[in-house]
Amino acid sequence: MPVALETINLIKRFSGIVASNNVSLQIAKGARHALIGPNGAGKTTLINLLTGVLKPTSGRILLDGEDISGLSTHERVRLGIVRTFQINQLFNDLTPLETVGLAVSERRGQGLDWWRIVGSRPDLVSEVVEILERFNLNDVIDKRTAILPYGKQRLLEIAVAIACRPRVLLLDEPAAGVPEDERHEILAAVAALPSDVTVLLIEHDMDIVFSFADRISVLVNGALFVEGSPDEVARDDRVKAVYLGEEVADA
Amino acid sequence: MPPPPIAVRIATDWLHARARWQPLEVLFWLAAFAAIWLLRDRHLILTEIAWLGLFALSLDLILGYAGIISLGHAAFFGVGAYTAALLAKYNIVGEPVLAMLVAGVAAAVLGFATSFLVLRGSDLTRLMVTLGVALVLRELANRYGWLTGGADGLQGVTIKPLLGVFDLDMFGHTGYVYCLTVLFILFVIARRLVNSPFGLSLMSVKGNPLRASAIGISVDARLVAIYTVAAAYAGIAGALLAQTTAFASLEVFSFDRSADLLLVLIIGGAGYLYGGLIGAIIFKFMQDYLSELTPQYWPFWIGLVLVVIVLVGRERISSWTAPIRRLVGHLSWRMMIRRFTLSPDKGH
Repeated sequence: MPVALETINLIKRFSGIVASNNVSLQIAKGARHALIGPNGAGKTTLINLLTGVLKPTSGRILLDGEDISGLSTHERVRLGIVRTFQINQLFNDLTPLETVGLAVSERRGQGLDWWRIVGSRPDLVSEVVEILERFNLNDVIDKRTAILPYGKQRLLEIAVAIACRPRVLLLDEPAAGVPEDERHEILAAVAALPSDVTVLLIEHDMDIVFSFADRISVLVNGALFVEGSPDEVARDDRVKAVYLGEEVADA
Repeated sequence: MPPPPIAVRIATDWLHARARWQPLEVLFWLAAFAAIWLLRDRHLILTEIAWLGLFALSLDLILGYAGIISLGHAAFFGVGAYTAALLAKYNIVGEPVLAMLVAGVAAAVLGFATSFLVLRGSDLTRLMVTLGVALVLRELANRYGWLTGGADGLQGVTIKPLLGVFDLDMFGHTGYVYCLTVLFILFVIARRLVNSPFGLSLMSVKGNPLRASAIGISVDARLVAIYTVAAAYAGIAGALLAQTTAFASLEVFSFDRSADLLLVLIIGGAGYLYGGLIGAIIFKFMQDYLSELTPQYWPFWIGLVLVVIVLVGRERISSWTAPIRRLVGHLSWRMMIRRFTLSPDKGH
């Protein structure tokens, strides 16, 4: 299986604290890979390293074998590493139509087009509408993002990322904070992601992880602890001890 | 699976409606041009309003659309003013329209060079950095008095006829037509710009730079671009002042000018392009009226207005004016299109 995204001995130190400790992670092309770990395990740090928000203290990051460690966030997005956020990072004053339209026009390299009116490219609008319909946002395309229901905002989070046409999509707790009755909509959207997109899912909810992932990595204290198929991870006694302990005890 | 054509149609209409000229806008510009014939005795103050409006429009581009606050926008205004005045005085570029464009380019170069200073840091940092740049330029102009005339200002500037034909008269008749035309052309360009994908990306950078970079936007590059464009606008505004008064002095760089400009934009409201123009009209007429009433104390009243605006808050003012704006909204194309295609109210 070819590797889409790979980290080699990735280390990140914050004044004495080791947030990422020698992480060597391989994510196969087209994988549904989940990254789990207790609070403070360094999952968010790893995402920030992968997307270029943070620079690693040492180590390398490869996308399809190319070293991208030195690239900035927006350059990595152009190459296809796109993320969603655990806490919504949307444009409150823009509508879903504008937000997704912006992402598509940027992906097409038309972001510096300053004379043409937004919406004057029919094929672009068609793509935007298609994405909005796919994520069930067609009934709110002209509403300000700030006034959308939380579930719709979470869907928009993913729709914007998909509009960037990712090769590797990093999903940071896509269903976090979504009320129970809107949850299935998010999970359906995640399950329906295009199969050629490699997905790395960061998640706390074990139901989601085990229903979605075909491979799971467990991060503890900044280091890769265990990696394997969902069955292997579920059976692993060390994982039960550090992470699933309580749930196992309950059962 | 391609979406149904009707959905694409509605989306396209909605996106286009954002950019369509509203009836009220057309009225605004018709009134401005009608003033050429109808308000002949007020052309001097109208000329000032036109270049001040352009200057405020320039600030709106960076503050209202990209979120860059500045207390030193007079730096670009001043460079434009001195460039135009010097080009005329030494007859380097004799024709004023061309000189005005050169002045815009000179200000843009300075804008580009100093844009890198405003990329980092908080609003406070930006206030201090922009303020500092303007102070430095003022001192440079003061220091090199052989070129700029120093504290006395640049004397002996004569402006040749516009395009070799139209003389700038002392009543401001030609001046107003000139300034208004330049303002209108640059306004139309700015309007295109803010309604373009580039303009949308600026709003995204202002709204959430973290997300903007997460969809592949180079935040820094966009800020540099709009700061440079805004500097050119400010430089042209300065050139218009210098050409219509045939004079440039250190005062063009002054802190007061930058601060007044912020005041003008706040009075009119940032982020919809007309704020600077409306602010300029209110500011100039208020200044004119109050300085006749109390020649010494008019800044007191201006200050009071500022305090009231800031304390009461724009949000609350906008809720007072909501009925008017609703009425205007009924007149707008955007609402009409919504009503006939989407009918959002009936949906619930």
